[in-house]
Amino acid sequence: MRNSVTRLGNITIVGLKSIARNKLRSLLTALGVVIGVACVIVSVAIGSGVAASVSEMINSLGSNFIMIMPGASTQGGARIFTGQSTLTEEDADAIRRECPAVAYISPNIRTAGQMVAGELNWSSQIYGVGIDWPNIRAWNVQDGTFFTEGDIRAGSKVAVLGATVAENLFPNGDAINSTIRIKNVPFRVTGVLEKKGGSMMGSDQDDVVVVPYTTALKRLMGQQKLGMLIASAASADQVQDAMDQIEALLKQRHRIPPGGDADFMMRSQEEIAKANAQQVNLMRNLLLGIAVVSLVVGGIGIMNIMLVSVTERTREIGIRMAIGARSRHVLLQFLFEAVTLSVLGGLIGVLLGVGAAKGIGKGAGWPIVISPNAILIAFAVAATIGIFFGYYPARKAAKLDPIDALRYE
Amino acid sequence: MARAVIDIRDLVKIYTLGEVEVRALDGVTMRVDEGEFVAIMGPSGSGKSTLMNIIGCLDRPTSGSYVLDDADVSQLSRDQRALIRNAKIGFVFQSFNLLPRTSAMENVELPLLYGDLGYTRAKRRDVARDALHRVGLAGREGNYPSQLSGGQQQRVAIARALVTDPAILLADEPTGNLDSRTSEEIMGIFQELNESGKTIVLITHEPDIAKHAKRVVHVRDGLIQQDEFIEQHKVERKGIEAPVAPVAR
Repeated sequence: MRNSVTRLGNITIVGLKSIARNKLRSLLTALGVVIGVACVIVSVAIGSGVAASVSEMINSLGSNFIMIMPGASTQGGARIFTGQSTLTEEDADAIRRECPAVAYISPNIRTAGQMVAGELNWSSQIYGVGIDWPNIRAWNVQDGTFFTEGDIRAGSKVAVLGATVAENLFPNGDAINSTIRIKNVPFRVTGVLEKKGGSMMGSDQDDVVVVPYTTALKRLMGQQKLGMLIASAASADQVQDAMDQIEALLKQRHRIPPGGDADFMMRSQEEIAKANAQQVNLMRNLLLGIAVVSLVVGGIGIMNIMLVSVTERTREIGIRMAIGARSRHVLLQFLFEAVTLSVLGGLIGVLLGVGAAKGIGKGAGWPIVISPNAILIAFAVAATIGIFFGYYPARKAAKLDPIDALRYE
Repeated sequence: MARAVIDIRDLVKIYTLGEVEVRALDGVTMRVDEGEFVAIMGPSGSGKSTLMNIIGCLDRPTSGSYVLDDADVSQLSRDQRALIRNAKIGFVFQSFNLLPRTSAMENVELPLLYGDLGYTRAKRRDVARDALHRVGLAGREGNYPSQLSGGQQQRVAIARALVTDPAILLADEPTGNLDSRTSEEIMGIFQELNESGKTIVLITHEPDIAKHAKRVVHVRDGLIQQDEFIEQHKVERKGIEAPVAPVAR
């Protein structure tokens, strides 16, 4: 037993030596595995990061968040998205009055525009919202106040700035009660929102200006219908109840027969987070695809170079056999060489992958989680590639006839 | 009577090339006793290479028996033959057959990596160093084959053949790639080893080399044509760089 252990040790030394003798070739051979493993690391890092941030995103949207969007309507049997908003202020009021599971509801009109304060200007998103909006988004005013019910009824030209907008238009922090011009319409700043940070997709959530929805419709967009409603269920348990109640009420108000297709769509916070995660997952899967392809190509590269190596070293194999190497010694020597190549590639790939994952995380603003598991998996994959693609050349070497191999020039 | 190390009876080897049968050995019987120095001679195509391959356990006879060092080795499997080669046969080849980019020491240690001796690393180094000393290469342990002359490379190969203390040394045209002066040196080493008790089988087609042996066997057309003891041509020991005694460590 001890003998065979020492012998195995001896054979691994033999394998290592021949890799050390061909450094550049070994590195180039392992390149495919390097890239493959790096892709595995990056994609797993992104995947884990997304999973971790889905729950974070749910919280940042506000608890029990529900989104109601104008949706498909049926025209002559074909379901299409008309782009025409079907949701009205009256719908919002009715939901507030008649749906007990809904705690808050607010229109949420989105537009974008240039805003100017003194000599500074900034382009940003503009939300036209109702009085419940800070409660729904769990997003409070840090300085000053939110606009009032009266402002909404009157369509007052008042605005609450997101932290990023405030920083850019009022670097001195004197935003409150100043005047900004949005699309050439003067607005009085009543408050600045607390900082919320980047969203999961990397956009800056604080790059926003919030105005009364009435003002947004009349002054900034010149339209009547609301784009979208956002609501908040009374508690986490009541999210589904709230969605059911809203659906029933809106179908009734929009005169949609029971069983007919609604002309609106609803998404809960969870569904939204999942939908967003899907995009990132798509990217992750793409990387995983690249990983699989480059691992296979890398494996074939190793097989190729090992076949070359076996041919090149036919004489060496003959010598080893003549002086007593058995088939399995030769097999193990070449198998070990292949596995060492691929694991070495795996090691470089892990380093490269961790670096790349961090870089991508920073560049794209994606959350990145590098787990020891991913590194272990990557190593296991690399070793498997080595064994799988190294076996054939190794067996070829082991089956050589010593007489022919010795005669080989 | 001395103990037989090689006992071959009615050895036949038939190669089938397409539809043609070639009888490379056609009933060879010979015996080599312990401590002998035998040269097997014959022109190319005579069957001496086939005989060497079978004596060296690289190949199996079609029929006949071969007892090497009291063990019947004529019908062993591949791996069993590998074990026998490792333990009982020390090969010396015409083209030295050292591993390139591998030091003399490591080349000599190589058979010990595959055998059943189970030496520790330190023990392997000791044995390999001793073998290099015996062939007069003390101080060359770290040299690569490319840094050694042909004669020195062949000495490394002889050291490698000695390292497992085999029953026979099997030398296949060991001087074929060497000039005549170096050839003499190498034959001197073989004679020295033989005098210290090693059984040596030398395969050659050169009468000048064969005369260094004590007995010459002529092979022709797969048969032993002549088997005679000769007056050994002794190499003068002068001029061999050979501190034979082991150097103190």
